[in-house]
Amino acid sequence: MNDLTSPISSEQSNDASRLGYLVPAILILGLASIVAWLSYTQEPASAFLFPRLISTVMLLLALWNFFRAAAGKSKVGKGLTRTTWMRILPGIMLMAAFIFFAAKYLGFYVASTGVFFLLYSGYDPASHLSPKSWVKRIVVTIVFMGVVYALFTLLLKVQTPRGIFL
Amino acid sequence: MEFLQYFGGVFEPTSFLLLIGGTIGGLILGATPGLSPTMAVALLIPFTFQLAPTQGLILLGAAYTSTVAGGAVSAILLRIPGAPANIATALDGNAMAVQGQGAKALHISFLSSGIGGVIGVFLLIFLTPVLAKWALLFGPSHLFWMAILGVTVIGSLDSKSFVKGLLSGCLGLWLSMIGYDDIQGAQRFIFHDALTGGVSIITALIGIFAIPQVIEMLAVGRQRQDIAAVTVSKQPFLESVKLTLSSVKSLSIGTVIGSFIGLIPGVGGQIAGLLAYDQTKKFSKNPESFGQGNPQGVIAAESANNAMVGPSLVPLLTLSIPGSPTAAVLLGGLLIHGIFPGGDLFDNHPEVIWTFINSMLIGQILMVVFGIWVAGYAAKVAQVPKAIMASAVLVLAVFGAYSVQQSMGDVYVMFVLGVAMYFLEKFGFSAAPLVLGLILGPIAEANFIQGSMIANAMNGPFEYFMMGSLNLFLIVLVLASIAWSFVTSRKEAKNAAAAGDA
Repeated sequence: MNDLTSPISSEQSNDASRLGYLVPAILILGLASIVAWLSYTQEPASAFLFPRLISTVMLLLALWNFFRAAAGKSKVGKGLTRTTWMRILPGIMLMAAFIFFAAKYLGFYVASTGVFFLLYSGYDPASHLSPKSWVKRIVVTIVFMGVVYALFTLLLKVQTPRGIFL
Repeated sequence: MEFLQYFGGVFEPTSFLLLIGGTIGGLILGATPGLSPTMAVALLIPFTFQLAPTQGLILLGAAYTSTVAGGAVSAILLRIPGAPANIATALDGNAMAVQGQGAKALHISFLSSGIGGVIGVFLLIFLTPVLAKWALLFGPSHLFWMAILGVTVIGSLDSKSFVKGLLSGCLGLWLSMIGYDDIQGAQRFIFHDALTGGVSIITALIGIFAIPQVIEMLAVGRQRQDIAAVTVSKQPFLESVKLTLSSVKSLSIGTVIGSFIGLIPGVGGQIAGLLAYDQTKKFSKNPESFGQGNPQGVIAAESANNAMVGPSLVPLLTLSIPGSPTAAVLLGGLLIHGIFPGGDLFDNHPEVIWTFINSMLIGQILMVVFGIWVAGYAAKVAQVPKAIMASAVLVLAVFGAYSVQQSMGDVYVMFVLGVAMYFLEKFGFSAAPLVLGLILGPIAEANFIQGSMIANAMNGPFEYFMMGSLNLFLIVLVLASIAWSFVTSRKEAKNAAAAGDA
């Protein structure tokens, strides 16, 4: 968890490289090309009249954005540093595992309790060696999930998917 | 004075309890750094499914009003604006608190928010029916251009790069087309089973506004937040009332700028607060005292960001074009309750709309009362560790998205859109135009198709869509919004380059 505790240096927090801005520009251009291609090739044509109009504008803008990024003129936004990547990746992977697998197979409530506890524990600045911190994490998780259960299941009558557990 | 007939609805027990709950909850959520008003309203929408449309809107309206004001608490006590709208408040509010005038800063902040908010809601009351009648003159071609105008204005104004702003708008319009075509039932862009029913607006709103903030909180890592709140000692409330009421100049500048900014689609409270603060400083006899704890700075900023709330609903209720990103989320809330904004809104649903607007008026008063009471507790909530906030928002977002249609597909869409939005924002793309494109897409397409059919029976599409004074006026506005943004972004780029050279 070293990357989760180290502060972002001023050098690291500077704008990302030109390549860093070129990658999203290429991805957006790719998406715009696919949307335009589908809009002009799918049938019936009348159902794709509006998509054609929008995808044409989108493709032109994506091209413009790509050329600006290639020329290094597209540095708007903070970009992403290596430290930021290292900090957010475990969290994103945990969230993805929860949403795409655990919620369905373990059950919504058990998976939610697990992800809440793991995310909170993983990013909690309090010591991982102190039993007191772990007790606090367990109590906060149970109380929060109790509130969620009261709100969604008891109040809103939402039927959540059940897996192996609740 | 039709609105007076519907005041009774606000005081029905359930509605009034929701108004109080929404106000207190909104104040606490608003005071929590990282939870923007837009996200708070988006997360609340699923809770309105079980409510009648009027009650649901009362809850959302109360949350909208009070989150904007609640953001001042952490701005004043922690120097961390609860929302972008409270950036200007932190400048003098925190300086006052450090000087031992925290209670006074909180008092004048809520009082000026209330005064600005009430004036803003009165503008909403008197301007909306007039504009709504005018909107009845609109045909499909005009509504099509209005929808496009909404996307281009918000894409141009809300983004630092106008190309990326407009691209965000186009991405939103494309997302709105996913699913089955309404007229012929043709499948469009369905890459996964989860997209068969299209992208649900509420699901998208939750993902786009909640997930990037969760990831942003995770990006802080395990760093300890050493946030120390300033101790607040009791101060006479009456003195604060006198000070606020005697600050006519700051209140006037704040409310006029806030109301005007609110009427412009897509601009939002952040600009209102900063602009009002800047103008008050310029007109002040002691501009050097701003930033050092001048109460006038707090009064101008807070009256502006709450005066913006009411007028931001004027273009929303009459033309379906939200005046701020939070108003865009509120539009999603209206649509899921079967309330379609437009010229005939006040004829079809007068009781829903007038009760909602009246509740915002009462909500402003409740916000002042509860704001001063809740401020102390809200500051404590603002110090909750980011790890807890991130985990809580994630779980609420997942449950909220699932409860829309009780579908895991919605949860997948919410998460994918949210993660994508986080990365897009890091590279200069904005959430607001994307959301507006998603919301206005179906309106634009339906009117485009309807207009095309009429055009084919008449003199062709060119004449139908491009001719006529109203069409031309709207086209000029679309082009002007793009041109203005283009010129501004070039100017900013030149200034940045000059600063880099220096």
